[in-house]
Amino acid sequence: MTGCRVEQGGLIDRTRALSFSFDGMTYQGFEGDTIASALLAAGVRIFGRSFKYHRPRGLWGAWFDDPNAIVNIRLGGIDYPNCQAATTCLTEGMQVRAVNAWPDACRDVKGVLDLAHRFLPAGFYYKMFMWPDWHLFEPTIRKMAGFGILSPDVQDGFQSAILHDHCDTLVIGGGVAGLTAARAAAEAGRSVLLVDDHPAPGGSLYCNQHGNDSQLWVKAQIAAIRTAGGRILCNTTAVGVYDHQFVSVATDRGMGHAPIVRKLRPARIILATGAIDRPVTFANNDRPGVMSLGAATEFLGRYGVLAGQEIVVLSNRPETYTAIEDLRAAGAAVTRFDPTSAATAIGGRVVKAIRLDGRTYACDTILTSAGLTPLIHLWRHAGGKLEWDNGRQTFVPADGPDWMRVVGAANGTFSQEVAMTEARHAALDQPAPTRGVYHLPPSLADPTASGRQWIDLQHDVTLKDVALAHRENMVSVEHLKRYTTLGMAGDQGKTSNISGLSAMAHLKGETIPETGTTTFRPPFVPIPLEAYRGARRDRQMAPLKRLTLEPEHRALDAALGEYGGWLRPAWYGGDGERAAVERECRMAREAAAIMDASALGAIEVIGPDARTFVNFIYYNTMSNLKSGRIRYGFMLTEAGLVFDDGVLACINDNRFVISCSSSHADAVMAHLEHWRQDRFDPMRVHIHDITQNWSTVTIAGPKAKAIVAGLGVLDSLDDFPHMSLRLCTFEGAPARVARVSFTGDTSFEVSVQNISASALWNKAVAIGAPLGAGPVGAEALTVLRAEKGYILAGKDTDGETMPHDLGFAAPRLRKTAAFVGDRSLHSDTANRADRKSLVGLTVGPLEDPLPIGAHVVETSGSDGGVKSIGYITSSYHSPTLGQPVALALVSGGAEAMGKRVDIWHMGQTRFAAIASPCAFDPEGARIDA
Amino acid sequence: MQQFPCPFCGLRDEREFHFSGEAGNIRPDTTQPVSDADWRDYLYTHENPKGVSREIWVHTTCQEYFMMERDTVTMAVIGTQQMRRDTA
Repeated sequence: MTGCRVEQGGLIDRTRALSFSFDGMTYQGFEGDTIASALLAAGVRIFGRSFKYHRPRGLWGAWFDDPNAIVNIRLGGIDYPNCQAATTCLTEGMQVRAVNAWPDACRDVKGVLDLAHRFLPAGFYYKMFMWPDWHLFEPTIRKMAGFGILSPDVQDGFQSAILHDHCDTLVIGGGVAGLTAARAAAEAGRSVLLVDDHPAPGGSLYCNQHGNDSQLWVKAQIAAIRTAGGRILCNTTAVGVYDHQFVSVATDRGMGHAPIVRKLRPARIILATGAIDRPVTFANNDRPGVMSLGAATEFLGRYGVLAGQEIVVLSNRPETYTAIEDLRAAGAAVTRFDPTSAATAIGGRVVKAIRLDGRTYACDTILTSAGLTPLIHLWRHAGGKLEWDNGRQTFVPADGPDWMRVVGAANGTFSQEVAMTEARHAALDQPAPTRGVYHLPPSLADPTASGRQWIDLQHDVTLKDVALAHRENMVSVEHLKRYTTLGMAGDQGKTSNISGLSAMAHLKGETIPETGTTTFRPPFVPIPLEAYRGARRDRQMAPLKRLTLEPEHRALDAALGEYGGWLRPAWYGGDGERAAVERECRMAREAAAIMDASALGAIEVIGPDARTFVNFIYYNTMSNLKSGRIRYGFMLTEAGLVFDDGVLACINDNRFVISCSSSHADAVMAHLEHWRQDRFDPMRVHIHDITQNWSTVTIAGPKAKAIVAGLGVLDSLDDFPHMSLRLCTFEGAPARVARVSFTGDTSFEVSVQNISASALWNKAVAIGAPLGAGPVGAEALTVLRAEKGYILAGKDTDGETMPHDLGFAAPRLRKTAAFVGDRSLHSDTANRADRKSLVGLTVGPLEDPLPIGAHVVETSGSDGGVKSIGYITSSYHSPTLGQPVALALVSGGAEAMGKRVDIWHMGQTRFAAIASPCAFDPEGARIDA
Repeated sequence: MQQFPCPFCGLRDEREFHFSGEAGNIRPDTTQPVSDADWRDYLYTHENPKGVSREIWVHTTCQEYFMMERDTVTMAVIGTQQMRRDTA
């Protein structure tokens, strides 16, 4: 005989039957059931197989404290892995399967593993599979252990709403204490939010024979709280309390819906989270049929399910006697024994009897409790302390933050009457009453007893494993946890921690408080990762920056791509990347490229101290830059590493324009702001990011001069040398023209405010077209600059690159003024001869480009092994040169021009020659052509 | 989520702030010789105190740097102070 439904009682609706399946068999439950209660009522005993040994396991708890019944659910064509049967509300049509069991929980073939348990103690994997390499064994072991199978399908619309909420008093837990506290606070005029993780508040109130009275009382409290303006959220779990009183509560919306998460910072938090039963540790205490006493009363009270017919109770706690009365009233035969006597559960797969002190008693269910464990997780999240209470044989809250109060069973106050007083006092900020006397004799596990005594059911940890950890000196609780995996499963040791600690304390000959507890961390129960993400995803997380000229690019059939956070034209025309890039490169070299360079960062530095500021910020000397002139330079970090590169233009003594990498503009801005406020008088130097206010059209190539002349921005282009700047107008609006080049050809950057951008672009394209010039995208530009050996900071540099590695050694040796990173350029590391320097690599004209990321290797040592001396950072086919070009950072590379090196990539070796980074027009003749 | 009082904007969520460094970490005068050890200490050797710590933070939304005194154990913020000299 097993579990069954009783005629009346509980919160289920007996008029609404729901049908579902478990391991292929069809069952019926009622509206209001959980999967666990419906299956228990149907007489199911084995709910799954254990994690490591594939032992049959039944229900231990009736709510989140059940470690065993982990199931996969298929509903509406979607698979939901690793659901807790005890907390999942039953829905019509659910197909439920036990995890870690094949073909089903009853007949699992891997159950034979249990016979080998002697050879699989704690730490077994670490010791056994160290040699030659754990990673060889890991996939197989992972497959044998573990729980559900994750479906690779993305579930559309599975998105959490993350809300910010407010209240004065947050009450967590809707049992007697919680309801009382919430009512008292609300009636005192406070803004109250009560959260309870069940579908209906009431806590353990339902778990007694006065079910009907209790329901009426609960209803009255709910009505009073609402009348006084309080709010109640059901199916809502407080998952964590974080710094500065920040709380996160998640509302379950049922299968297939991501939880709603509310974040709030209440002035007061009242914890009324209750307590759960601690298991009694005895031989075979994991057999299906062994259940917590609290779970049996909860199944009866909430769901109208009697856990068994012939019940043995092993419990000393004072509440045991009312529980026994309730079970008897529901029709069970109940016998109680002292949990301190040596017990063994008997039965092959499920409990058939119990042996106590040498005598055997037939039974189908053993209900146990070694005492109540207050749920003080959130108290610990908030930094509250615990103290050991000998009378209660458990940890109870001690000193803690003044904004949090713990009431009721969570505080070790197991008497309802005292709990209600305590709750009222907490709600009104009055001193707490004393908890009152409670006497529970300790029930200690006997490590010398025969048979396996289970401590952590979810991770299959036995008392022997704890003893082994003790023998091997893993005696600190944190070591014990990691060595045996005690308390590391999904339930985070809610049921097992105190048993494990008490066993270790016993072995060490210490008291439990001396042994200590492990750290409690959020989340209190497992929640989907989605609950942490919500709408902070994709473009909402990182919005794209859009160009003013985007419509013009689209009209020219641009392929748009993301570059450094900007949506920019990658290439134009519908002939595909390869053909387009080749066409655009030739056009740039033969006529001119017209490019949208608006994404390039532009930051103005303004004020009387602007000159000294830029001189300090740049590696290169900028103090003598004349008005109307431009200079290329590097910004370094204080560690001397290349942070960004670009040109600096001097408009006048009080005004400079920094141009920086598109993707780096925000970081450069922060870097400048830091030094401005740390070292300069902020009233004498100001910085202003104008990137998004101006648009820049770059015209580069042999025909660039002709096109710019036609734009009418400058009367004459004579006396306008390379690296200079002119302020002018474009069709009456302010404009700036800079002669700087990122392609190696004659190049003009024409900048206007956004309102004039479209007119400028269209005019340049119209003038360029008859000359054979046209728009060029970011991909071709990347090739053009690589032909010239111009770097992209962050692509051709890494976290070790200093400016002298890139061929810019002069300021390091000559600049006398202080600048960011100066001293770091003279460290032993900076002076090493084998630093990686920027070089070009050449291969035969008919070869494919070298793979980016491939290693430059050399043979080292006598055994013929190879080692990497650098790697390729940029590599393309150059249409201009008709051969591949590549840039690389190679150790000692600058001193090894012409040297033949091996290039290794994914097991293939090729050869290349080290060359100058500049592969095209090394004399620079084209820049002024 | 901690909350910090920006001296200019008031109490704001931690996510609006960046840590900049410990207060009092003065940059050596690099126009004069600086020993390796001094430069290392400036760059990398920090007090990282357990307990009360004086730190420089930036409120990224208003871009102002300020000094904050806080307790690294209890996470309590003791106070913040602007770094601007008197601009009157």
